Amino acid sequence: MTAAAQTLFDKIWQRHVVATDPGGRALLYIDRHLLHDGSFHAFAQLRDTGRSVRRPHLAFATADHYVPTVNRPGVPMEERFRSKIDGLAENTGLHKIVHFPLGDARRGIVHVVGPEQGITLPGVTLVCGDSHTSTHGALGALAFGIGASEVGHVLATQTLWQKRPRQMRIEVSGRLGAGITAKDLILAIIAKIGAGAGAGHAFEYSGEAIRALGIEGRLTLCNMSIEAGARCGIVAPDDATFTYLVGKPLAPQGEAWDRALQFWRTLNSDPGAPFDREVTLDARTVEPMVTWGTSPQDAAPISASVPDPGAAGSAERRTSMAHALEYMGLAPGTALNAVKVDRVFIGSCTNSRIDDLRAAAALVKGRRAVVPAFVSPGSGLVKQAAEAEGLDRVFLAAGFEWRDSGCSMCVGMNGDSGKPGERIASTSNRNFEGRQGKDVRTHLMSPVMAVAAAVTGKLTDFRKLS
Amino acid sequence: MEPFKTLSATAVAMDHSNIDTDRIVPARFLHNPRSAGYGKFLFHDVRFDAEGREIADFVLNQELTRDARILVAAENFGCGSSREAAVWALAGYGMRTVIASSFGDIFFENSFKNGLLTVILPEADLARLRDAVHARPGAKVAVDLVKQTVTGPDGVDYRFDIDAFKKECLLSGQDEIGLTLAREADIVAFEQRQRIEMPWLY
Repeated sequence: MTAAAQTLFDKIWQRHVVATDPGGRALLYIDRHLLHDGSFHAFAQLRDTGRSVRRPHLAFATADHYVPTVNRPGVPMEERFRSKIDGLAENTGLHKIVHFPLGDARRGIVHVVGPEQGITLPGVTLVCGDSHTSTHGALGALAFGIGASEVGHVLATQTLWQKRPRQMRIEVSGRLGAGITAKDLILAIIAKIGAGAGAGHAFEYSGEAIRALGIEGRLTLCNMSIEAGARCGIVAPDDATFTYLVGKPLAPQGEAWDRALQFWRTLNSDPGAPFDREVTLDARTVEPMVTWGTSPQDAAPISASVPDPGAAGSAERRTSMAHALEYMGLAPGTALNAVKVDRVFIGSCTNSRIDDLRAAAALVKGRRAVVPAFVSPGSGLVKQAAEAEGLDRVFLAAGFEWRDSGCSMCVGMNGDSGKPGERIASTSNRNFEGRQGKDVRTHLMSPVMAVAAAVTGKLTDFRKLS
Repeated sequence: MEPFKTLSATAVAMDHSNIDTDRIVPARFLHNPRSAGYGKFLFHDVRFDAEGREIADFVLNQELTRDARILVAAENFGCGSSREAAVWALAGYGMRTVIASSFGDIFFENSFKNGLLTVILPEADLARLRDAVHARPGAKVAVDLVKQTVTGPDGVDYRFDIDAFKKECLLSGQDEIGLTLAREADIVAFEQRQRIEMPWLY
């Protein structure tokens, strides 16, 4: 008799169950814990309860949420940001946790740093007090975002109580068209299934298009699983994953690598493994996408028009859509490629890696931004790599600002935000009301689409640039 | 954590789906320590205008519903960011229960750790409950965690399911970390086993 077919998710989950409670919840062991400058609430909780960190060397910290992206010599950082960044240095020092401090090239957005440093590995459980922790599933890790109380729980116990989620497989056949990216694909997926469809589910992405994405594209894809409501999204590791990990500073080396690799090669869903829901999509149908509303599900191909709430299926949906369009200042029927933008942002844990910057720079070369635009690389190392290739000079020559790394304009809490009423073409992950500043209107898109918006001043199909 | 058993209190209804945690508490307030009191930040940008004055037609600014302790929402409430401050803002304002047809997973987990009961009702029941609350502004809704029921202002009872462990934590107000630390022997045994099976993680 053969063992029952298992999903990749279940294979990792089962290896991490420490105990179960009578209600069926599992106490999961956590292999890797990422911390950032917003984690101070959890450290405060730890201090107030007099608890200590159980295994400090499994935690890794980097400041990102509060770090300004414009840092000029001699100009002191604002106290409200400085205090959070100093607080992280203090807390990690106190608890002997590895910290990439300000000024260290390894510092950057926590979801860029984890894979880059080899902290993220196939088959591990990884958590962070940030919803975009789903990113790390791109390397075959079981990775999910948690709240401050759970961060405190992991620091104190190295475990978490979790209910096993239902599982959804998203199979993407065919190949994406030229210049169509993982960002367009994930926006198309969320538009298809809805922003709440993933609640209570773990996603596994599979199929030819996913295999062809490369690791950075998979990171973008898994990053936005949370925008479909799923806490985690995972891609089975393959040769591309292993090649990516070779030589990463904290990845296993030598004999340990060989042994790890042997295990990593078993990490895939068995044929016939049961999923609670299966969704399929043909990559060849995916066009460059932009959002028009205030939820990532409000996404449409750039060739489309702003939809009419009157045509929505339910009363609730009609109300929500009308409200979103009022906030966005858009009239139903307006061609999306006629919508003017005031500002462009390229960055965030979704789209700030070297491949993103290369693609954006290749398109911007020889063109000129007609609205204010800036680039914030995902980490100090991404910035260095881009500068070594001369990408900074390409952006600067086109009128873009070239800034430091941080969460920046993805989350209006570090000084980077738009002004009320401004419309921003953004490579970030959330177009929620107020996300980029009070009354700011966000349109999500890929880096090349953001470049097209920057050089034309309106939402534009990058393929139509002359 | 304040225990939760039963509650009969003013309810408000919000019809929009996908009310995200940025709307519940904008990111720019998150630098405050929890002790600053997050209740004043709840729904800040739809509750107050640019000068900090109350926006009159927002439901929590109306006299009959200002003291609401129960929020009846729609689908996917609390989606988005993992910020626990969204729960602190609701609890800080005085909310003890949010009822929706689904929740953002992280928000849902965060709620229980702060004594905020999140109740899931099927969409049809929820729509009926919202209508009943809209029809009688300021009316009370009753929540009984022991019996797992919600009673609308029209007297209609709705039964809800809840994880037994969470129910116990809410009823007793106990701290989850304390319970987990009692599993120390299990955690040590796991670590010893994993160190042999996956030495590259150590």
